[in-house]
Amino acid sequence: MKSTFVGMVIITLICGVSLFGAETDWELEPMKPDLKDQDSLQRGLALYRDFCFGCHSLQYQRYEKTADDLGIPHDLMEEYVLVTGEPIGSYMSNSMSMEDAKKWFGAAPPDLTMVTRVRSPKWVYNFLQTFYIDESRPFGVNNKVFPNVAMPHALLPLQGVAIEECFGYQSLDVLLRDEVIEAAIREGTYEPEEYDQGFGRELNCPELKVIAGTGSMSEEEFEQATFDIVNFLHYMGDPSRQARMDLGKYVIGFLIVLLIFAYLLRREYWKDIPKPARSPAEHMPTEH
Amino acid sequence: MTESTNLTVSRRYLLLATSTVTAVGTAAAAVPFVRSWNPSAKARALGAPIKVDIAKLQPGELLGPVPAWRGQPIFVLHRTEEVIARLNEQNRNLADAYSKKSEQPDYAANSTRSIRPEIGVYVGLCTHLGCSPKYYGEVRPQKFATNWQGGFFCPCHGSRFDLAGRVEKNLPAPTNLPVPPYQFIAETIVLIGDDTQAS
Amino acid sequence: MSESIKNPNWLSRSLAWVDARIPWTNTLEKHATKYYAPKNFNVWYVFGVLASFILGLQLLTGLWLTMSYEPTSEGAFRSVEYIMREVDFGWLVRYLHSTGASAFFLVIYLHMFRGFAYGSYRKPRELIWLIGIAIYLVLMAEGFFGYLLPWGNMSFWGAQVIVSLVGAVPIFGPDLMEWVRGDFVMSGITLNRFFALHVFALPAALVGLVFVHIVALHHVGSNNPDGIEIKENKNEKGVPVDGIPFHPYYTVHDFVAVILFLIAFCAVVFYAPEMFGYFIEKPNFEIANSLKTPEHIAPVWYYTPFYAMLRAATFPLFGLDAKFWGLVVMAGAILIPAALPWLDRSPVKSIRYKGRISKFMLGLLVVSFIVLGYLGTIPPSPLATAIAQIGTMLYFSYFLLMPWYTRREKTKPVPERVTGGH
Repeated sequence: MKSTFVGMVIITLICGVSLFGAETDWELEPMKPDLKDQDSLQRGLALYRDFCFGCHSLQYQRYEKTADDLGIPHDLMEEYVLVTGEPIGSYMSNSMSMEDAKKWFGAAPPDLTMVTRVRSPKWVYNFLQTFYIDESRPFGVNNKVFPNVAMPHALLPLQGVAIEECFGYQSLDVLLRDEVIEAAIREGTYEPEEYDQGFGRELNCPELKVIAGTGSMSEEEFEQATFDIVNFLHYMGDPSRQARMDLGKYVIGFLIVLLIFAYLLRREYWKDIPKPARSPAEHMPTEH
Repeated sequence: MTESTNLTVSRRYLLLATSTVTAVGTAAAAVPFVRSWNPSAKARALGAPIKVDIAKLQPGELLGPVPAWRGQPIFVLHRTEEVIARLNEQNRNLADAYSKKSEQPDYAANSTRSIRPEIGVYVGLCTHLGCSPKYYGEVRPQKFATNWQGGFFCPCHGSRFDLAGRVEKNLPAPTNLPVPPYQFIAETIVLIGDDTQAS
Repeated sequence: MSESIKNPNWLSRSLAWVDARIPWTNTLEKHATKYYAPKNFNVWYVFGVLASFILGLQLLTGLWLTMSYEPTSEGAFRSVEYIMREVDFGWLVRYLHSTGASAFFLVIYLHMFRGFAYGSYRKPRELIWLIGIAIYLVLMAEGFFGYLLPWGNMSFWGAQVIVSLVGAVPIFGPDLMEWVRGDFVMSGITLNRFFALHVFALPAALVGLVFVHIVALHHVGSNNPDGIEIKENKNEKGVPVDGIPFHPYYTVHDFVAVILFLIAFCAVVFYAPEMFGYFIEKPNFEIANSLKTPEHIAPVWYYTPFYAMLRAATFPLFGLDAKFWGLVVMAGAILIPAALPWLDRSPVKSIRYKGRISKFMLGLLVVSFIVLGYLGTIPPSPLATAIAQIGTMLYFSYFLLMPWYTRREKTKPVPERVTGGH
């Protein structure tokens, strides 16, 4: 009975997963945060202060806790991060008014305290790296991971100007293609094969290319910088994460020790109970 | 079968060992629940040291109990030369004139209970049951004391303190007003709640 | 008692004093040292104890959370983050409670499956079963109300959707919906009453029902994997020959189970408290926003089988719209197990001795429940809806066809004495 169950369950789950697999347009680069790398977290905080904090608050966290968790002395925190002169025990909200923000960006910039938990560290990491020039957008940039995001490319001075690198198509957009084909049909010069070779494939821009010399950082440096920001935000999303994982080892280790004693005790007591004789064949339970 | 649930030796040992480990585990599991009642990080942040500017505090005046440290009223008192001169004349009437039993940092365990003789810093809570005493700075007869030399009077149970926060004899309050940790970080700025750099 | 008279040391004297005033020893004997449980319990018989353990854990951690939680629309979300960031070990208490909710349902589902398989609902245990169904209903309500409290965006919209279900009730629906919410949308008013229900009314009801559940169980005695009544075969002292005292044998046995459970539980609490978005969903890390629905709303995993059945009702019938029938299907699916004692006409209790059709149908029930549970977590699509409709029919056919197939099939002979186990 049991094996039939398990078989049925596994088959249905496999079918289910293959039927309803998740879809993503832009393939995300992997990103594995490292909360033990305190230097990275501190650099991430500094970058966040310079490029993000102006618009995006971290209003559920206090400066003091951040400083303590990241190993930053309070006076340094006060001097470099807490520029508004609030007490160090204050929450990390920013001074931008929500009304202004809505006017400037069309939507208020969200608080980012838990952005890596709402999305994922990987998502934010890729988001920060995939802004590109798109003159049709209000801020002149668009994003591969979050299309039509209402936000300028804050890290532009670091990364530089990125443009789409497109393959396998002619540099005509779809509307123009239709016009050209219609014109060709009118003039009687339309040759389906010829035109399909040029227009047939869909616009496909699978890569971004940074124009050399437009940013202050090399590609590696920029990847590191975005890693640091996301690593910092990953800490910010759940500050107790590292402590939790550290404590977990001891708790589970202790429970395993207790399990050994409990098992021995159980075995000792159950020596009293004569095992029910394995029943006659016709009484054997079917699942064994 | 019930008869056979006797406690053999190995059972005793196993029971003892398992109970001990379980007891340790239970105690450890209680720690988070007990610790979560501690002042939270936020409460501690609100209890962070406070800076008090005493530039405008004239001799004879009291600043307080406005500047609250950890939610407690703090008295910052500027004593006149005359008060300092006669402060220790009435010592025989005080319960703890030399602050042997009272709560204060070492640097304030002196005859004025302060770092600078003219500036006194005290926690404004009566050591009896925690009411906040009132400041009566002038030397003149009061309802609660005909021979009043200036000081603090607690309206709850009538304890009287002198201008160094010392309690009079035979009154409910057992000890003097506590002195919080403090230091001068500038000529006219007192940092209350932190004395780590105090000399 | 006679012994304590012979040797009256202070301990037995105080015990006698207490016993004369409150039935302490009597109760202990009735429910532990002289409660005879079948000796062939297998692993399926630990989930009742585990459920009680989790209930205690939830009461304790819940109590602690209320000490720092703020049931207002302005403060709720922030106060949860306050617990996570500022309160000493607040994160642990919170994750214990959020993981405990999922563990509670997991254990209850396994406990219920045990009842399905071994016929624990059959005479004379019908009331135990019905009380158990009541516990399950209260638990579902408890989970639902609790889910709103973090005031995240998924909390908000999840509650919005479920409360809107009430709107499907003909005629009274819309008014009823406003009455439940106390407002025209989900708001701080709703949050406040859900909080009151979650921390006081329903836990009290749960504790009371669990108490009655256990009292009823100890009155009629436990079932076992063979579905044999051990009370029918007693020795000369009146003790069931296949019974063993619950204490110490099953206490030491269940203690092992509790620790094994705790190891798995702690692995989740310490290493994956969000359980990849199944225990705490991603949109719940954003504050509730009445203008922005999360891209994909699904209830927490333990409601998804019923949610899938709700969505599977896609066509109107008898002049009533699909929304209403969805509510009927869902309510029916939740309540139909209550009828089991009267649907099961088999001469045997346990699946061990039932025929092939019963085994097949039980297997189908489990598979359809899991598949429906999965379908409830994904966005609707024509294919998913079609599968959910089939799953719903299979789910109901287990119950509705039961009177037919349990009577018709050939069963195996039931042994005189219990088998297996240990």
